Amino acid sequence: MKLGPALSDRAGRLLDFLWSGWAGLAALSLLAAAWQAGHEAWGDFILPAPLETVGAAVGLLGDPDSLSLLLITAQRSLTGFAMAAGAGVALGLTAGYAPAVMRLARPLLTVVLGVPPIAWIVLTMMWFGTTGTTVAVAILIAATPVVFVAAAEGIATRDRELGHMAEAFGYGLLGRFLFIDLRQASRPIFPALALALGTSFKVAIMAEMLANAGGVGGALARARALLDVPQALAWVVLSVIALIVVEYGLVRPMEGELERWRRAAQPWGVKR
Amino acid sequence: MNALTLERIGHAYFGQAVLADIHLEVGRGEVVALVGPSGSGKSTLIQIAAGLVDAREGRIRRGFSRQAMIFQEPNLMPWATARENIGFALRRAGVARRDRQARIEEAAWLAELEGDDLGKYPVELSGGMRQRVAIARALAVRPDFIFFDEPFTALDVALKRRMQDLVIGAAREAHFAALFITHDLMEAIRIAHRIAVLDVRGRGIAGVRALEGGTGDRNEAEIFALRQRFLETDPLFRHIHDVDERKRR
Ligand SMILES: Nc1ncnc2c1ncn2[C@@H]1O[C@H](COP(=O)(O)OP(=O)(O)O)[C@@H](O)[C@H]1O
Ligand SMILES: [Mg+2]
Repeated sequence: MKLGPALSDRAGRLLDFLWSGWAGLAALSLLAAAWQAGHEAWGDFILPAPLETVGAAVGLLGDPDSLSLLLITAQRSLTGFAMAAGAGVALGLTAGYAPAVMRLARPLLTVVLGVPPIAWIVLTMMWFGTTGTTVAVAILIAATPVVFVAAAEGIATRDRELGHMAEAFGYGLLGRFLFIDLRQASRPIFPALALALGTSFKVAIMAEMLANAGGVGGALARARALLDVPQALAWVVLSVIALIVVEYGLVRPMEGELERWRRAAQPWGVKR
Repeated sequence: MNALTLERIGHAYFGQAVLADIHLEVGRGEVVALVGPSGSGKSTLIQIAAGLVDAREGRIRRGFSRQAMIFQEPNLMPWATARENIGFALRRAGVARRDRQARIEEAAWLAELEGDDLGKYPVELSGGMRQRVAIARALAVRPDFIFFDEPFTALDVALKRRMQDLVIGAAREAHFAALFITHDLMEAIRIAHRIAVLDVRGRGIAGVRALEGGTGDRNEAEIFALRQRFLETDPLFRHIHDVDERKRR
C-alpha cells in the first residue's frame, strides 16, 4: 500500500472519529446542564457544581498520593482485564470449535452470570483476604463470561466456506485458524472486550471499596465516611475518564483498524 | 503420469451412499468437464479430488504440484481488499514477499481486473468482479491444476460467456489441467477437451465423450450443433435434459 492513500485513509477515519465525538460532547453538555440544575435545586452539600467537581478532580490529579491511588486501581483493572480477556478468548475459541464444550458451558455460564458481581467480591474477599488478588479474581470471574460467549459465537458462526477455500489453497489447520477463523471471531470479540473493560473498572473499584484494599475504591470509602460529596464525585469523574481513555485510546482504535472494510460498505464509506 | 487419477472412489454421508465406484482421469494440460444433475454428488467428488473431503473408499493419485480452486461463490475474505484476496495463497505457495505484488498484478491482468478495483473491498465490487477476483486468486499461485465447482452458475448469460472466454484464455496462457464441474452442457462443450457424465445417483461415471480440437477452438454454431446432437441422439446425455425439465417444473 502506498503511503499517501494509507495516510489519507487514516486521517479520514480520525475525522470520522472526531465528528462522532461531537455527539458525545453534546450528550456530556446535556448531562452537565442537568447536573448544574440539580446543584442549584439541592445545594452544595448534596450535589456540588460540575465545575467545582472537575476542579476537585484536577486537584486530585495534581496530587502525587491521589495519582498513585488512581494508578493502583488502573493497574489492577487492567491486570484483571488482561486475565479475563486471555481466559475468555482462549476458552471461547475452544468452545466455538467443540459444540460439546459449548453445551456444557452454557448452563454454567447462566449460573456464573446470575451471581451478582458484589457476591463474588464478598466470596473472594473471604478466600483471599483484602489483597490485590481478591480484586483480580473478582474481575476474572465477572468479566470472563462475556468475552467467552463472544469468542465462542465468533467461531461457531464463522463462514465455513472461507475455511474450505483456504484448505483448497493448501492452508493447514494453523493457517486457517490464524488467517481465517481468528479474523472472523475478532468481530464479536472486540465489543465484548470493551464491555469487559468497563466491568473490570467497576468491579475493581467495588472490590477495593468493600475489601478496603486502597485505590480509588478505598478513597471512595474514605470520602463516604467523611460525607465528603465533592471528593467522592471527583473520584467518580476520574475513574470514568480513565475508562474512557483506555477504551477510546486502545480498544476502539484496534477495532476500527480491523473493521475498516465495513466502512467501505457504507454509501459514504471510503471511496478511492 | 496423469494430472489426476481417481480410482474406485466411493463416499457416504451419514451412512447414505453419495458416490460409488468412480473412475476418472485428467491428463496433463487437459480440461475435463464433469456434468450431472443436481444432487448427483459432483461437489462431493471435486472436494474429494481437491483433498477437502476424505473419501471413504478408493484412491486418488495427483500428478500435479500446485492446485487452486474456484467455487460457485467467490468466497472472498470480506475484510481484505481485492489485492489482498488475490495474494491470499501466495504465502502458502512460498512466493517471496517482494515478488507477491508482481504476481498479483499478473493474475489481475489475466482476469481482466482494472488497477482501480484492486484497492476495493469485496462489498464494493459487483458479482462478476468478485468472481474475477476469485479467478485471479487461483491464477496467482500459477497452479498446474484448477478445480472448478460450477463457478459461473450464479452469473447472467452475457457475463458467463465472458468468464468462460477468460478461463479458456487463461488455460491457453498458463497450461493448467482442470476438472470443471457444471450442469450447463454448452459451457462444458465450450471449455473442455472431454466431457464426463456422472451417474444420476453417483454410481460411477456413466460415460465420457471426447471433443475434437482444443479448448476454445469451437465457434458458437458448432457448439450449439454439438449440444443439439448430444441431447437428441446421445443416450448418455438424457439425464442432463431431465434436470432441465425438473428445474422448469
Ligand atoms: N456435508 C454434507 N453432509 C451431508 N450430506 C451432504 C453433504 N454434502 C452433500 N450432501 C448430500 O450429498 C448429495 C450430493 O451432494 P453434492 O455433492 O453437493 O451434489 P451436486 O454438487 O452434484 O449437486 C446430496 O444429496 C446432498 O444432500
Ligand atoms: Mg454442487
